[in-house]
Amino acid sequence: MQLPAVLGEPIRFVLNWGRRYSLWVFNFGLACCAIEFIATSMGRHDFIRLGVIPFAHGPRQADLMVVSGTVTDKMAPAIKRLYDQMPEPKYVISFGACSNCGGPYWDSYSVTKGVDQIIPVDVYVPGCPPRPEALLHGILRLQDKIAAEHSGLGGVARPDELASPADRVGPPVGRSTESLTAPPVPPPAAQQ
Amino acid sequence: MAGMTADTGALRELTVGTGAGLDTADMVLNIGPQHPSTHGVLRLKLVLDGERVIACEPIVGYMHRGAEKLFEVRDYRQIIVLANRHDWLSAFSNELGVVLAVERMMGMEVPERAVWLRTALAELNRVLNHLMFLGSYPLEIGAITPMFYAFRERETLQAVMEEVSGGRMHYMFNRVGGLKEEVPAGWTGRVRAAIGEVRRRLPDLDNLIRRNDIFLARTVGVGVLSAADAAAYGASGPVARASGLDLDLRRDEPYLAYGSLEVPVVTRSAGDCHSRFEVLLDQVYVSLDLAERCLDQVDRISGPVNVRLPKVVKAPEGHTYAWTENPLGINGYYLVSRGDKTPWRMKLRTASYANVQALATLLPGSLVPDLIAILGSMFFVVGDIDK
Repeated sequence: MQLPAVLGEPIRFVLNWGRRYSLWVFNFGLACCAIEFIATSMGRHDFIRLGVIPFAHGPRQADLMVVSGTVTDKMAPAIKRLYDQMPEPKYVISFGACSNCGGPYWDSYSVTKGVDQIIPVDVYVPGCPPRPEALLHGILRLQDKIAAEHSGLGGVARPDELASPADRVGPPVGRSTESLTAPPVPPPAAQQ
Repeated sequence: MAGMTADTGALRELTVGTGAGLDTADMVLNIGPQHPSTHGVLRLKLVLDGERVIACEPIVGYMHRGAEKLFEVRDYRQIIVLANRHDWLSAFSNELGVVLAVERMMGMEVPERAVWLRTALAELNRVLNHLMFLGSYPLEIGAITPMFYAFRERETLQAVMEEVSGGRMHYMFNRVGGLKEEVPAGWTGRVRAAIGEVRRRLPDLDNLIRRNDIFLARTVGVGVLSAADAAAYGASGPVARASGLDLDLRRDEPYLAYGSLEVPVVTRSAGDCHSRFEVLLDQVYVSLDLAERCLDQVDRISGPVNVRLPKVVKAPEGHTYAWTENPLGINGYYLVSRGDKTPWRMKLRTASYANVQALATLLPGSLVPDLIAILGSMFFVVGDIDK
């Protein structure tokens, strides 16, 4: 839930500043693009200088998931499951043509035509495979995006459009943000 | 598979801990599909008795992209795009097999300069492929530093590969009948410089890891694959040569210009993880030498690097099998044509698929901590398994 009245501009800036420069990344290395992801993490391109830290032990410790490679229909449930395990706020970079849209396997019977069919994607990096510089650019764009977020303590609320209506968590009915911050209503006894 | 419990869905009551007395229960453990030790996804279904692996079943197919079916709806020039990608670490050798098959069907004569250039590029690609292993294998068993050295050398070689083809991984430089275009002026000199650089700096990596005590403790005598088993499973490439199976198509059934080159075949006989590592490491030195000798020939021979193709490339009716010694092993394409501009069927025989089958005999009896050491040393590429 967003609490704009509670969190002022300086707090928002500090939260976003912290989030954008400590992106613990979970590499979902699936195919060729994973090699270029590794190349980006090595000495020459070195994305750690941008605050992207490739040492997340698993999805539960990660802020950013980079899906690099071909997503197949057999693999898709596992990706969805691991994405769900990540704590909010979480971001996804789709790295490479295959995870963007199926790429050269656009007419394959077994390939998911884009990872955005199962999880929301923040930044798409085109290429087959994209150059390491392209991933660096994608990371910078993601950081710009995070900096502009109106996020509160739990990150920005991003309802999952693909989730079933039963799972959708909306704002609590009957209690608005105003009701939380409004002055307390005196009990009826005190009015007498 | 023996010892594997059937997944019937029925609830089974199991007492573990003190209540079970001294009886131990077998545990079924799934490794993967996603785990950080591979680029790609391989699932292993293990049955464990304590720390010991009783049975192992590799479950493949998480990366199945249906390339063989897609070959049938791509014309012969477009197939190279997909053929590049099943084994993403040896893209050049993959595309080579396709064009060799089509050229043979069409009875095409490839210019000599193109043949030598192809050989040089194939060997450079082999070095790039092996460097990935030499970095990632120590990383998997806990040594982080070699990875940085390996990628430093990879970037050096990738720069010259990129200069010639425009791609860092998927070169798309082969064409039916030759190569895409002439190499840039002065390119061979820059390749020689890059090879010299890599050869000069490779001892950094070599001295760091080959005789490292911890590395030896983790790999010597672990995961022994006998020559007979390797042959029975159809294993090939470095994995088979580490077991003493002396088979290398570059020497035994030469294609490209290998017939006029002296190809030293690196073999070991122990068949354990360390000998697999050593074969790959020594192969890098050999391939650097081979590439350099090819460059000498390239400099000597002038002429075209491709032949003029008809507007529509059609392989005449018939079939052929073209196999090449890819960095990971034998990679074959069985091409059946009915005279159309697309193949009627193109069967892909990949090295990793055969090599990974050996895991089912290699892993039982080993300890869980050795699992990663064995798995990494088999050096497979998941896309090459699942196609």
